Amino acid sequence: MYKKILIFGASSELAHQTAIHFAAPGVHFFLAGREVQKLQTISDDLTAREAKIKTSIYQIDALDFDLHQKLFEDAAAVMDEIDLVIIAHGTLAAQEEIQNNIDDILREYGINCTSVISLSSHAATYFENLGRGTLAVLSSVAGDRGRASNYIYGSAKGAVSLYLQGLRNRLFKSGIKIITIKPGMVRTKMTAHMAASPLFSKPEDVGKGIYKAIISGKDVAYVPGYWKIIMAIIKSIPESIFKKLSL
Amino acid sequence: MSINKENLNTEYPSFGNYPKLYPSEVKHWSWRHIPPNFSSFSAKFLPRGFGKSYGDSCLLEGGILLDTTQMNKIISFDRESGIIRAESGISFDELLNFLVPRGYFLPVTPGTKHISLAGAIANDVHGKNHFSAGNFGNHITKFELLRSDGRRLICSPEENKDYFAATIGGLGLSGIITWAEFKCRSSPTPYFYVENIKFRNLDEFFEINEVSEESFPYTVAWIDCTAKGKHLGRGIYNRGRHAEVGKDNIPNKSPKDGAKPFPFEIALINKATTKMFNLLWYNKQIRKKTKGISHYNPFFYPLDGVGGWNKAYGKAGFIQYQFVVPLASGKETVRKILEKISSSGLSSFLVVLKTFGDIPPSGMLSFPMRGITLAVDFAVSRNSLALCRELDVLVNEGGGRLYVAKDSRMKGADFRRYYNNYEEFSKYIDPKITSSFWQRIQEK
Repeated sequence: MYKKILIFGASSELAHQTAIHFAAPGVHFFLAGREVQKLQTISDDLTAREAKIKTSIYQIDALDFDLHQKLFEDAAAVMDEIDLVIIAHGTLAAQEEIQNNIDDILREYGINCTSVISLSSHAATYFENLGRGTLAVLSSVAGDRGRASNYIYGSAKGAVSLYLQGLRNRLFKSGIKIITIKPGMVRTKMTAHMAASPLFSKPEDVGKGIYKAIISGKDVAYVPGYWKIIMAIIKSIPESIFKKLSL
Repeated sequence: MSINKENLNTEYPSFGNYPKLYPSEVKHWSWRHIPPNFSSFSAKFLPRGFGKSYGDSCLLEGGILLDTTQMNKIISFDRESGIIRAESGISFDELLNFLVPRGYFLPVTPGTKHISLAGAIANDVHGKNHFSAGNFGNHITKFELLRSDGRRLICSPEENKDYFAATIGGLGLSGIITWAEFKCRSSPTPYFYVENIKFRNLDEFFEINEVSEESFPYTVAWIDCTAKGKHLGRGIYNRGRHAEVGKDNIPNKSPKDGAKPFPFEIALINKATTKMFNLLWYNKQIRKKTKGISHYNPFFYPLDGVGGWNKAYGKAGFIQYQFVVPLASGKETVRKILEKISSSGLSSFLVVLKTFGDIPPSGMLSFPMRGITLAVDFAVSRNSLALCRELDVLVNEGGGRLYVAKDSRMKGADFRRYYNNYEEFSKYIDPKITSSFWQRIQEK
């Protein structure tokens, strides 16, 4: 069982709903994120659920790439070691508002793609030196195929998924687990502005699914699992037809 | 005020889906330390949880609904005393998932667990244990109330007492509850010892009820509202207590908690199906008395097991009519009302009858009082609305009142007479908050 857990983007609902299941006596959570008060709220919640845990709060902005390495050093120093890293931060901008503005696009890429790759890379180096460890990253089903309505977020997540695939192959021999989580549509703050749909899942259900995927050590986990089928169908549509669908 | 109906958000109906009044905008509030920017609100607003109020007390046509359901963190929990403090948008479902494995249970719960903590306070909800435990508000030790001028008031029976009393049962109008603290009751297992007893008529109900309240903290009865004459008021009496380790045979394995969906929005509930349902429900139990061990889900939340059952009344929606009448005149009023319902031919799926105890409520507008309460559903129609107006006359004659959380049609004048703290309460209403219910009862 994981005992020393670094969560980046710890105030996200999916990170919180996942962490609840890891909260067991003796576990130390290192909660990293941009806003201290939010992290404190999460820390209080986890501590109320299980008094025999430790939590540390660490303020960091995903876009401060220079500080990423220090984050891992500090987390390892405070917890004595790290055995699980969960990367969960992200944003979902309204595509039509940013699709013609390269500054906005690059910023979205910074948050959803390059910072995730940077953090994953530092985690990989740390685990490689340690000789063990698990990295779980929240990518998205949106990364499985580019769609007109969502290709900026989607392509950023797609790059993350491919990066993790390669990293997994590289680190397999060292016994390090790389877990790609692909949540489907989840009713969170991020999607609160989107119209209702029966495809939406509740954060608590998805958090439980992410926890199970990490515990069972899956390579790639669609959460909920039926998204694997949905995405298989979506990926199977020929591009000549797909481009005419307004998805 | 004229409202452009085309731009309204239709995703936030009330539970009965009647009346159909939609907000112009829905905002979400997620972090309790970052208050909403009230000065940027272009219209009045109403705090909103899971929308389980049946009528318009959870609606604000043309205004802003402030959805607080993302604010759902636990703040602290004392394992020794069972006192929990949590953010106001947390659901009873989430609270139970947290409390039950730790040996605790909600002190009071209504018949659905898909409600928010703030909604439970704002409607001062009651449950099967009213006579032994009072309302949910009787167990609240403290909460924080955010006013739209930015003030945060800590309210308890000692501090800001007036806001405490105005907010419990205050329909969300006195401000936004950001967090609340309450005392849980201990419950060593998720199970309940339950007995079901058939009764042939109303008199038998009262006989069973009297002896049951002495030995069972939880009681309720279902009435077959299609029965007439000497069968009038027949039904099944349900009573229970927390299961005890060593005394009761506790199952090892927890049952799966999954609601079976009821997605069909067609009028499945009509006279024929209701008659059949009531017959089956009454006759599902052949023996006079059955007993057994039940998980808390079927015991407290039988209808939560049928996801979306409220849609079975069809697109027009449905209304629930719940009243309480004082004990003295109560038996007679209940009899007259059941006679009226059964002879109207308008039938109801589940009619619930129980008695309220005499624990004084904490809120100015709390519904329960010592007496008998009956809840009945009708599909919305001209006939059912006319029947409700006839029932109003009987309730008023009996000195009773109606429950706002279920209401979509009571008259303003009736409301003001039922709740004679109305004027005192009005002083505590936040100037930026209102609801369609509140607007309605100002009229007439």
